[in-house]
Amino acid sequence: MDIHTKTLAEQAELLKQKKVSSVELCQHYLDRIERLDSKFNSLITVDAERALAAAKLSDEKLAKGEGEALEGLPLIHKDIFCTDGVLTTCGSRMLDNFIAPYDATVVQRLQNQGMVMLAKANMDEFAMGSSNENSYFGNVVNPWKAGTVPGGSSGGSAAAVAARLAPVATGTDTGGSIRQPAAFCGLSGIKPTYGRVSRYGMIAFASSLDQAGPFATTAKDCAMMLQGMAGFDERDSTSSDQAVPSYTDGLDQSLEGLKIGVPAEYFADGLDASVAQAVEQAIEEFKKAGASIKPISLPNQGLCIPAYYVVAPAEASSNLSRFDGVRFGHRCDNPVDLEDLYKRSRAEGFGDEVKRRILIGAYTLSAGFYDAYYLKALQVRRLISDDFQKAFNDVDVILGPTTPTPAFAMGDKTDDPVAMYLNDLYTVSANLSGLPAMSIPCGFADGLPVGLQLVTNHFEEARLLQVAHQYQQITDWHTRAPEGLD
Amino acid sequence: MAWETVIGLEIHAQLSTKTKIFSGASTAFGAEPNTQACAVDLGLPGVLPVVNAEVVRLAVRFALATNSSITERSQFARKNYFYPDLPKGYQISQMALPIVGPGEMTIFDGEDRQKTIRITRAHLEEDAGKSVHDLFSDQTGIDLNRAGTPLLEIVSEPDLNSAVEAVAYAKKMHALVRYIDICDGNMQEGSFRCDANVSIREKGSDVLGTRSEIKNLNSFRFLERAIDFEVERQIDVLEGGGEVVQETRLYDADRDETRSMRSKEEAFDYRYFPDPDLPPLLVEQSFIEQVRANMPELPTVRTQRFVTDYELSEADAVTLTSERPTADYFEATLAAQHITPRLAATWVMGEVFSRLNNDGLSLEQSPVNAEALAGLLIRIQDNTISGKIAKSVLDTMWESGEPADKIIAAKGLQQITDTGAIEAMIDEVIANNPEQLAEYRAGKDKLISYFIGAVMKASKGKANPGELNKLLKPKLDG
Repeated sequence: MDIHTKTLAEQAELLKQKKVSSVELCQHYLDRIERLDSKFNSLITVDAERALAAAKLSDEKLAKGEGEALEGLPLIHKDIFCTDGVLTTCGSRMLDNFIAPYDATVVQRLQNQGMVMLAKANMDEFAMGSSNENSYFGNVVNPWKAGTVPGGSSGGSAAAVAARLAPVATGTDTGGSIRQPAAFCGLSGIKPTYGRVSRYGMIAFASSLDQAGPFATTAKDCAMMLQGMAGFDERDSTSSDQAVPSYTDGLDQSLEGLKIGVPAEYFADGLDASVAQAVEQAIEEFKKAGASIKPISLPNQGLCIPAYYVVAPAEASSNLSRFDGVRFGHRCDNPVDLEDLYKRSRAEGFGDEVKRRILIGAYTLSAGFYDAYYLKALQVRRLISDDFQKAFNDVDVILGPTTPTPAFAMGDKTDDPVAMYLNDLYTVSANLSGLPAMSIPCGFADGLPVGLQLVTNHFEEARLLQVAHQYQQITDWHTRAPEGLD
Repeated sequence: MAWETVIGLEIHAQLSTKTKIFSGASTAFGAEPNTQACAVDLGLPGVLPVVNAEVVRLAVRFALATNSSITERSQFARKNYFYPDLPKGYQISQMALPIVGPGEMTIFDGEDRQKTIRITRAHLEEDAGKSVHDLFSDQTGIDLNRAGTPLLEIVSEPDLNSAVEAVAYAKKMHALVRYIDICDGNMQEGSFRCDANVSIREKGSDVLGTRSEIKNLNSFRFLERAIDFEVERQIDVLEGGGEVVQETRLYDADRDETRSMRSKEEAFDYRYFPDPDLPPLLVEQSFIEQVRANMPELPTVRTQRFVTDYELSEADAVTLTSERPTADYFEATLAAQHITPRLAATWVMGEVFSRLNNDGLSLEQSPVNAEALAGLLIRIQDNTISGKIAKSVLDTMWESGEPADKIIAAKGLQQITDTGAIEAMIDEVIANNPEQLAEYRAGKDKLISYFIGAVMKASKGKANPGELNKLLKPKLDG
């Protein structure tokens, strides 16, 4: 059976036409997981029994001609989303025993839409990392090339979809954690507008930046997934009550008259020539499709990484305080007193990168430094956001590379945190300004996928998905899959 | 050297909401440990706070009652510190932008002079849980039922100059929060507690001395004694040539002293920053107007109404309205029967209060409720019994809980108003006291009271005094 080569949309049709059952579909993927994932280590927990039971229920509904939009379709959740009764580790030793008594809103909604969870994906610990080398559960391998990172922090989700262990997966994006692994693994991935998808039950890294979104092979599949995920949630005060439009209705509209802005700053120092070449080729394709290209400037682009690495660790240092060994999660053996309990539980439970960011964050928030770092970073954040708003006066979409380089070799940057952070050069600005952004495949460099990033104004996910979908109608990069996975 | 005391108070008033400030868990007191803490209160991974709209309404009510400004866009902030009964490792509070801005409250100082105390701010925050140290040996228990209980922290300017003033302010605040129904004021359960910032300076100086902060004073008596102790301690330090250090102190009620808890150097750096899980809290004018429209009558307004409508003296009106339960009790007495306000006021402030005092009861715990009191007072008003008899009836009511009419009937205490019966008693008394009659008629007018007493005695106190007076004199005069 080669149903894993079909898109989510195609599988949905096959299920509706009863050419395949949900149980067959899920079993097919579970078999692939069992056969292939030892190479990639993309998953932390696989729950076949639960998945097949849910698939059976979906089949009963489908047999009666009932069922929701995504009925019976399998998916993998990043292990940052709490799942009622199933282990949720967040890639950390701290939570290697944590079973939440509730579902994240994203999990609940997709389940309500009929989706079947196969497994939970590996990730950088607490979503901190750009290579998935920071997981307590081990490195994830990029299915495109052994020894290569899949990107992070949603590296497991990306590797799993790239290896066709599921048609789609969820991820979260705080500074690029959906888009960068999507780029490294040749996938389509969207980070929605901040507030578009509920954060309830999604373990917080940096609350003002975190957003959940899907990975898929196509923009159309992303649209279907986002449709199931988006919307106001009364349990998340930062979720938006703006109505959710149809993300699929407008996909077929042409790009005629579309104004695309290309920031000069995205093609400056640090950009790999092979990536630049692929992106420039994509620009030509867009021109052919009727879009006009406009050079623009985002003058404060250079401040993105410093601002991000103040804001995100500051929020993280506070968000991660609840992991104290008192109520849940890792607790050290035989604590002699409270201080010892705190120190050893946290020293043992957290990995190096998490500790590094907690230290940075606690420092920037401390008395005497707050104004110079945190407050200043908030001001810079405003400037970055203003740059985008100015640009959107003239253009509909902003286009550039998702990452400066294609996927790099494992161990390449583990000793140099700053080099690692520079992976987020083009992605963090969308988080800092709350904008929706997407990465889609636009070529290859030395056999590794290259990602094209598209950014639109707030709540214009429909346009973002339409532009990506139209590009995928005239190119076939998104149809390529790693070889040797049958 | 003459010293001046300077005190500012921080009062934590627990807002009386059914559910917590950021979750739907119940706030009821006294439940089994950890049965009223949901995932949000436990700080489980991934959960998020959502502001309970009721706390905003109560905070606005407080602002309106104290002429305080209301912040249109206030902001929640995280106060970061580790403690086992603080589940998230931070407390959600308000820092730079509190919901309630500057306001004021007028108190009476020790010499009955009015004094206005400035309120700096009042902000919303969540309470922590409770550490239980004495239940298990070698282990501390954590009860998170209280975690997430809504608090309004009311901060005053350092405008208080004695323990007496501090207590007057705290009591007035205590009465106010109950008046406007935002806090039950139960100090034993910790619903209302104070921190006192105390410093001293040379009289006449306009520079503030170094202060110490005394934490968690949960009775007015402790507040007064802690401040008195602390002032004496600071004077001793300064007069002994030492320096007061800025520190947090605890009051030990058993030893009646304050003890150092942590110094300024040991003070936590709370690393406050705006809580990214909660957008700015918007309070719109229309919402404020809605709260205003449903505001309970404020004490000062009620005082004036008592003076105007019930023709009470200013002093009596102040006494009756200083606590909402008293004013409610008084008005309920009037509402139950057509009692004249003057009579009801005298009895509430006199007989009822003194009995409550003797028994150490609050008005809410009174064995005689407003309806029962009205049942007694109406019998004074319609001359069934005299005021003197009524006092003994009230005693019986207090003990037995029976209504006044039942006691009056059972004991045969109805006043004798029948003029024939009274005349007969007068005639008998006069007949039995010929010598006194002769003296009276010789000009010893004062003896009339002797005859009144004798007739009253003969009637067992039941003769209607008005009737008796009216009938006696003509008979004595012959």
